[in-house]
Amino acid sequence: MTTIITVTSGKGGVGKTTTSASIASGLALRGFKTAVLDFDVGLRNLDLIMGCERRVVYDFVNVIQGDANLHQALIKDKHADNLFVLPASQTRDKDALTSEGVEKVLKELEHQGFDYVVCDSPAGIEHGAVIALTFADEAIVVTNPEVSSVRDSDRILGIIQSKSRRAIEGREPVKEHLLVTRYDPKRAHEGEMLTYTDIQELLRIPLLGVIPESEVVLQASNQGIPAIHQKGTPVADAYQDAIGRFLGEEHPLRFVEYEKPGLLKRLLGGK
Amino acid sequence: MSLLSLIFGEKKHTASVAKERLQLIIARERVGLSGPDFLPDLQKDLVAVISKYVPIDPADIKVALEKQGNYEVLEVNIVLPEGR
Ligand SMILES: Nc1ncnc2c1ncn2[C@@H]1O[C@H](COP(=O)(O)OP(=O)(O)O)[C@@H](O)[C@H]1O
Ligand SMILES: [Mg+2]
Repeated sequence: MTTIITVTSGKGGVGKTTTSASIASGLALRGFKTAVLDFDVGLRNLDLIMGCERRVVYDFVNVIQGDANLHQALIKDKHADNLFVLPASQTRDKDALTSEGVEKVLKELEHQGFDYVVCDSPAGIEHGAVIALTFADEAIVVTNPEVSSVRDSDRILGIIQSKSRRAIEGREPVKEHLLVTRYDPKRAHEGEMLTYTDIQELLRIPLLGVIPESEVVLQASNQGIPAIHQKGTPVADAYQDAIGRFLGEEHPLRFVEYEKPGLLKRLLGGK
Repeated sequence: MSLLSLIFGEKKHTASVAKERLQLIIARERVGLSGPDFLPDLQKDLVAVISKYVPIDPADIKVALEKQGNYEVLEVNIVLPEGR
């Protein structure tokens, strides 16, 4: 049985690709055979975040159109065993990802014994975003503590509940998870920013985790190594916790409370 | 802004405003009324109905959605012409 996880948000730039890369890597590090698929046709970026951009030969659309087989197009990750990347196509034809084509690729991944397929959705609520969530078993809704992101997350939840195969066929609904990213405990504490509990109250879906805002993410993307590999940093730990919860483990939330820096720290100019 | 807040650079607590606005818009969008888009049509229909009985300037009928506490209120304001 392959579980299909779609990472989605409606809004762009909230951390979907960062999250797809880290969640897929984390699942693979735990021993699950995992593939991460870039659905952002025309704006391929997952390859850069995964650090495999120079090894891209064939892409998702090539496989769908029969120019290459899946085996040729899947790129083996350098940082985790059991992990494979399927890059998006840079073609400008957004409709190249047909639902029959995507379904065929997903079936084949299942056939090859993949445990998890992580689908990195493009922004928006158009064709690309819809096709990325069509076959989802579980959805990770990435949301920033900011008004337009929360509203767009609610829109995308509506689309999951109406346009996913599970919804259309009246099967058990897609399991929805809220992942709050780019969270700044200090600004939330000071009432400048929505808190994660505010967001959860508004969206009313279970909280998978809270990923703090951190410069580590930029450092990770600069190097093409998913943030989850930056061991010992709050971002990596928060992603690890989220994966644990996804797999049914219990972990208390970390990095969500603001701690006033002590006098010494302030004098020494620590952050 | 007070002198103290100028000195200490106190920031505005705007998160609660954000939350309240989101509660309203999300509730509205969930029931399928995507924004107050239906207000112009409602206004036109009201003008048509009322004109049957009273001559009225279309601009004198105003409709708006407002939030009062936990309720959303549809406000219809009709000003009848004077000197009748
Ligand atoms: N937790 C975080 N802290 C700081 N920056 C982040 C964090 N998550 C994402 N970013 C930054 O936000 C930007 C958008 O992230 P990305 O994952 O590409 O979003 P999306 O795929 O939703 O468009 C990138 O510049 C990324 O480095
Ligand atoms: Mg992206």
